[in-house]
Amino acid sequence: MEPISIEGTPKTPTVKFDAGSGIIEIKGRSIPENSIEFYKPLVDWLEEYGKSPMEKTTVNVQLEYFNTSSSKCILDVFKKLEAIHKAKHDVVINWYYEEDDEDMLEAGEDYESIIRVPFKMIEIVE
Amino acid sequence: MSFDVQEYYSKLDGGDVILAYKGSITTDLINNVLEEVEAKLEGVDEEAKIRKKIYNVLVEALQNLYHHVEELPEELKSKDNFESKFGVLVVAKVADSYKITTGNFITSEKIKFLKDKIDKINSLSKDELKDMYKFILNHQKLSAKGGGGLGLVDIARKTGNKLEYTFQHYADDYYFFSLDVFITEES
Repeated sequence: MEPISIEGTPKTPTVKFDAGSGIIEIKGRSIPENSIEFYKPLVDWLEEYGKSPMEKTTVNVQLEYFNTSSSKCILDVFKKLEAIHKAKHDVVINWYYEEDDEDMLEAGEDYESIIRVPFKMIEIVE
Repeated sequence: MSFDVQEYYSKLDGGDVILAYKGSITTDLINNVLEEVEAKLEGVDEEAKIRKKIYNVLVEALQNLYHHVEELPEELKSKDNFESKFGVLVVAKVADSYKITTGNFITSEKIKFLKDKIDKINSLSKDELKDMYKFILNHQKLSAKGGGGLGLVDIARKTGNKLEYTFQHYADDYYFFSLDVFITEES
């Protein structure tokens, strides 16, 4: 599978999806007015990847800001990962948040309570 | 008496204003506002936590405005010289809070829905808001415009304050919806 590599912009995140290593990364900001356009190819990629995933898939989400339009798309990404996990493959979601950013920690906990995949909440200390 | 935008705007554009804008609400405008406010907040003596909260809430408020701004009919637009997709945005420091005000025209049929939604949000506790957010997140599809019905809930959750609003009659079936959101330094 072709990896996905997208450079970040002030409104969209840096994305690296690599089927060979099973590492999925979303970093930066995700605040586009309409996020479906941005996330659709990512969700489609994961659908395809889910057919023959790596034994272990590591997901790193490190967002500084994300808007509510993105929050639904991020849930769609996580639902694809949940399906992979449900098919007895190892998946872990590392949710990074900056020191003192309780809103971002809470957002991670919201997803953790909806999605049946192990989450690790990781505080970034400067 | 019908709603007077100039008067409304001049009342907002006073005191410790960080940014005040009235005119077309476009993607470019959103980008410029976010850039400008972020730069201004850099220089403000506040905790990173508060600066982040302001930025986050501003993103939601602006994008709500962008998605819901109602176009006035031509005869009304030209009468008072309104740009298309007219909206108002003011960010100001008021006592120990940051206040974000957005204003836009809506048709009367939307009032009940909006009022019920805001009143409901204002009646909920922190935990109830969290449950409401999670429910909408998990059960409602994004609209074609990319809105998810989560913006106001998210704003209320992040600020911990009540949403303040007014609907003022402008002309015919058109009302002006004004929303004040407060971010307190303690929250």
